[in-house]
Amino acid sequence: MIDLAQDLLSSFVVAEPELNGSNNLGVVSMRKAALDRFEAQGFPTTKDEEWKYTNLKPVLKQDYKILLKAEAAVTFPQIKPFLLSDLDTYKLVFINGKYSSWLSDTTHVGFDVCTFAAALNKYPDIIANYLGKAAPEGSSFVDLNTAFADDGAFIRVKANKTVDKPIEVLYLTTDENGAAFSQVRNLIIAEQNAEVQILERHQNIGEAASFTNFVSEVYAARDSRVSYYKVQNDSNLATLVDNTHVKQESQSNVHVGTYTFGGKLVRNNLHFYAGGEHAESHMDGVTIIDDGQTVDHHTLVDHQEPNCYSRELYKGIYLGKSHGIFNGKVMVRQKAQKTNAFQQNDNILLSDKAKVDTKPQLEIFADDVRCSHGCTIGQLDKNALFYLRSRGIPKREAEGLMTYAFASDALEYVKIPQLEKRLNALIAEKLGINLEFAL
Amino acid sequence: MIKIKDLQARVEEKEILKGINLDIKPGQVHAIMGPNGSGKSTLSSVIAGRDDYEVTGGSIDFEGEDLLDLAPEERAHKGIFLSFQYPVEIPGVTVSNFVKTAINETRKARGEDPMEAREMLGKMREKTALLEMDKSYLSRSLNEGFSGGEKKRNEIFQMAMLEPKLAILDETDSGLDIDALRIVANGVNKLRSEENAVVVITHYQRLLDHIKPDFVHVLFNGKIVKSGGAELAHELEEKGYDWIKAENA
Repeated sequence: MIDLAQDLLSSFVVAEPELNGSNNLGVVSMRKAALDRFEAQGFPTTKDEEWKYTNLKPVLKQDYKILLKAEAAVTFPQIKPFLLSDLDTYKLVFINGKYSSWLSDTTHVGFDVCTFAAALNKYPDIIANYLGKAAPEGSSFVDLNTAFADDGAFIRVKANKTVDKPIEVLYLTTDENGAAFSQVRNLIIAEQNAEVQILERHQNIGEAASFTNFVSEVYAARDSRVSYYKVQNDSNLATLVDNTHVKQESQSNVHVGTYTFGGKLVRNNLHFYAGGEHAESHMDGVTIIDDGQTVDHHTLVDHQEPNCYSRELYKGIYLGKSHGIFNGKVMVRQKAQKTNAFQQNDNILLSDKAKVDTKPQLEIFADDVRCSHGCTIGQLDKNALFYLRSRGIPKREAEGLMTYAFASDALEYVKIPQLEKRLNALIAEKLGINLEFAL
Repeated sequence: MIKIKDLQARVEEKEILKGINLDIKPGQVHAIMGPNGSGKSTLSSVIAGRDDYEVTGGSIDFEGEDLLDLAPEERAHKGIFLSFQYPVEIPGVTVSNFVKTAINETRKARGEDPMEAREMLGKMREKTALLEMDKSYLSRSLNEGFSGGEKKRNEIFQMAMLEPKLAILDETDSGLDIDALRIVANGVNKLRSEENAVVVITHYQRLLDHIKPDFVHVLFNGKIVKSGGAELAHELEEKGYDWIKAENA
């Protein structure tokens, strides 16, 4: 068996000259430095505090193909179910980490909706100013991604512009490479007073194992508004490590919603850096997983400046033998007076084999702040269940309705009705119920 | 319609119902009165199928079928409705969505098609008007933040929508002011017919001024110790329950 870390290091030598941006000296040295840090550190283990509850060993044991074929023969009908067909959107489709131009619909008019590869070649200044400025050095997965950073979504909305329709990004993993290790790098920039809605979906199809190491850097300049929705619905063969790092300036408003319905192992590292006064950071999500699935949400909101607001609401529903982890860190720096931070994580175990580890973590160095946090783990309320059943709603549907109701307030900030409908359908499907929700 | 024979039930090790006999025919209104802890709410819960109670003896026959074998939802599909003493708050589910689901699940169980959206809407309008409820109720989360009176009205609204054969009103008068009591009673009276029956469970006589019972039963210590006509309710109101307690000491 080849050690995956070793395999990645030796693959780098082959891959590096072929990567987009290899003529950009800044990028080249950044990649090499990142690889060195990864080499020194390796993959995290359960001895690492941040990875205490999530053991990567079983998924790292797999033999993954690292140098993936450039294009896969995927047709539009195959990806259609994963797109919002009733909504006009810009589209970026990546297959096994590679951009598929014929399945995508991009633009450069007023704003850039294109690829990271194109940005590497066309916008060296932007790359120099932004790449790696939000995602922290020293994080093993971020460093690994930076070393191989080649393609992904590049979205730049110029000052005072509003993107006229949502941007849909699909990351599809197929089985044509066999077990595949892919890496995607996003760069999302909302300039001053710009507005954008992005929805992305991770989906694997086919019979092979996959590992996606994903990094998304989001820059929200003063007064900008960013809505970023993540749908993660992989099968039990897929591992996803999502590293999303959001850097906010004053009075920006960023919402990241994470909706996780599947995957053998999903780890979300979602970090917000509120670096300007009156910034608003919203993160919420619904997780519904079943047998053999583990989802780990590690969030951080770093309040660096005064008068900022953060709201975090994560709901988890665990079926079968599933495992949920929530670790929510709120950092309030000494300077960040009048911070208002809210954090809540609620979980329902629908099976006695399901397990949840939840840990709120507050580090507060300012003295005039409002921070609240809470977490709950429970079962469905028996009285409520009887109430619904006594009105003729069968047990399964009653459980579904209550579970749905439990999850629904984490969907409150979804501003795209078609997405809300899609999420409702995914929730109903995941719970195995057939209810028409007209909420 | 419903025949209860020698019904005995307990919760954990505590005997609560110690042999109840009751025979209710279509078109009738029965009142069940009694002091706190006599078993009134247990009786209604056992009829509706709450599984906190263990039935240790006796039978409940509903239109020729053994009710005790059925799940709560199956009992509802047969036409049994329980108005809860403490309706449960369910955030995130609107009243209209809930009622729609309840009606259509019942229709599905009976092999009928779902109710047309327009018919559903019309019916909801009609029944909210009957209970003098504002239409905005329909889009509120079920019972969430409702006052005591609003919750009870919402129960009767659901009853009006579901049109049960047997409606059991468990302490529907508690927490109601005089106006709300009149509206709720008026709603129940409008829904009465020769085909359906109503059981009113109450501590006090005041609801029975509005919903006239054909029979009044006094439940004490898990048994019906006295049955009579509407006049029995008045007698209880005058004399209090001490009289019953003394007779059955």
